[in-house]
Amino acid sequence: MLRYLGSRLLSLCLSLAVASLVIFAAIEVVPGDPASFMLGLNAEPDTVAALRQELGLEGGYVERYLAWTGGMLHGDFGTSYTYRVPVSELIIARLWVSLPLTIFALIISTAIAIPAGVWAASRRGRPADILVMGTTQLGMAVPNFWFAMILVLIFAINLGWFAAGGFPGWEAGFFTALKSLVLPALSLALFQASILARVMRSSLLETLDQDYVRTARAKGLSRRLAIRNHAMRNAMIPVMTIVGLQFSNLIAGAIIIENVFFLPGLGRLVFQAITQRDLIVVESVVMILVFAVILVNFLVDLSYAVIDPRLRRRR
Amino acid sequence: MKLPATLILGAALSAAFVLLGLISFVWTPYDVTVLNVAGRMQGPSADHLLGTDHFGRDILSMIMVGARTSIGVALVSVGIGMAFGVPLGLFAAANRGGWVDEVIMRGNDMVFAFPPLVLAILITANFGPSAVNAILAIGIFNIPVFARVTRGGALSLWTLDFVMAARVAGKGPGRISAEHILPNILNLLIVQGTIQFSVGIIFEAALSYVGLGAQPPVPSWGRMLADSQTMIGLAPHMAIFPGLAIVLMVLGLNLMGDGLRDHLDPRLRRMR
Repeated sequence: MLRYLGSRLLSLCLSLAVASLVIFAAIEVVPGDPASFMLGLNAEPDTVAALRQELGLEGGYVERYLAWTGGMLHGDFGTSYTYRVPVSELIIARLWVSLPLTIFALIISTAIAIPAGVWAASRRGRPADILVMGTTQLGMAVPNFWFAMILVLIFAINLGWFAAGGFPGWEAGFFTALKSLVLPALSLALFQASILARVMRSSLLETLDQDYVRTARAKGLSRRLAIRNHAMRNAMIPVMTIVGLQFSNLIAGAIIIENVFFLPGLGRLVFQAITQRDLIVVESVVMILVFAVILVNFLVDLSYAVIDPRLRRRR
Repeated sequence: MKLPATLILGAALSAAFVLLGLISFVWTPYDVTVLNVAGRMQGPSADHLLGTDHFGRDILSMIMVGARTSIGVALVSVGIGMAFGVPLGLFAAANRGGWVDEVIMRGNDMVFAFPPLVLAILITANFGPSAVNAILAIGIFNIPVFARVTRGGALSLWTLDFVMAARVAGKGPGRISAEHILPNILNLLIVQGTIQFSVGIIFEAALSYVGLGAQPPVPSWGRMLADSQTMIGLAPHMAIFPGLAIVLMVLGLNLMGDGLRDHLDPRLRRMR
């Protein structure tokens, strides 16, 4: 297990290093001078020089790259040009919206998808199966931001059950804040749940075909118990993979959904930063997003080893 | 051989939108560049089948012209993904187990860590938003997808006898990849191409919606939704119809992909 953990950790660090290089190159190397880009065409040379100094743009690429990554390792993401506060403060404040939203959506989607997938698989070819497969086919075709708008139209404008947008902050009380995340999380969860339910179904069908499940049934176990005690654990592996692979979609989706509901999360931060040409903020938020994707894939890899002990020895 | 119903239904749905987009080059019910503020935000009627938007433009005409943007962006992105991904996958499979394979596959994993939205953010931060940048972002995202599918399909072919025979006949890995491997994975690529086409439609809409894709006055389904958002209480039809266009187009492509997969790979038929 330790060796497995070590090799995974090494590849995690490598991925992060390469990703940071790519982001650094895209933001600071490709477009020429970020300072004059940020100030626009009519900027005085003196102002540009002063901003270069302030942004730490003096010095070679290698030096700046090391300063940037070194700073991030200590939690220092630089200072936002437009907000005049440390970028890390901005990001942490926004994370308190984006992260709960993503996790909420993940919980909703798995809570719907796994039972739905199991239900469909255990009633293969019957109306329940057809219903689940039809619904998920539709769910995969609906763009999350459009679903969000439809939810707003129905539940906020027509029924008045929820606010159409905005976030009161966690200070307003846990449930008040959570309530404002219900519609956003639901809109994020639809696509996710559709994919997961389909993977759960086909994975369970495949496992139910295996000899050891047949043996369990022959031994006298009911279908229900055979699924619960024998088939589920193995059927979960592909499901976990998809949860991990889909996580990046969930993060990207959250950024878009925040726009629909005017939630003050990372998505709003990064889009404002783009229009205000605040490249330092863009660079750091993108790094955080990519870091989250890589980290989740690392955790999924580890969870395989927990679910399937054979993987610990193989590597 | 009987075609699956999903294939026919899906192909018909997506073909309908492609047709609408093509027709829009020569004819639309109304001119989408002419504004008519007096007739703005009208609901569906005999004059305007799907109603008008906040500038009085005919929504059906906008959807027809928007189809060009959505389909064009998605198709070119699939093209970029295939043009780079397929050769990379073939090359990795021909060098399977070697360091070239390892480097290509790790590179793939790297690109996977950048969702198209994040790629689009990086590109837009430098060059500003446009449909071309949306194509670039989705296209780059497609490359590792096709590389993986190609490599996976090619790996199993490399162990087969007819490839062995070609090697004995003295053909090099490049020629074998082109003459023997590629024709045999075309099925896989067509199916994956359909899926990425549908993914591309959704991504294009999302990017245009957040303002990173097609810019006004170029109509696109995502932009139409963005415009409708603040008026959704007053004119829900402005949000409903462009959204339905996306859903039907994507549903059509997904059904077509499923149908094609079943049709082209008979082994899968018994699984369903």
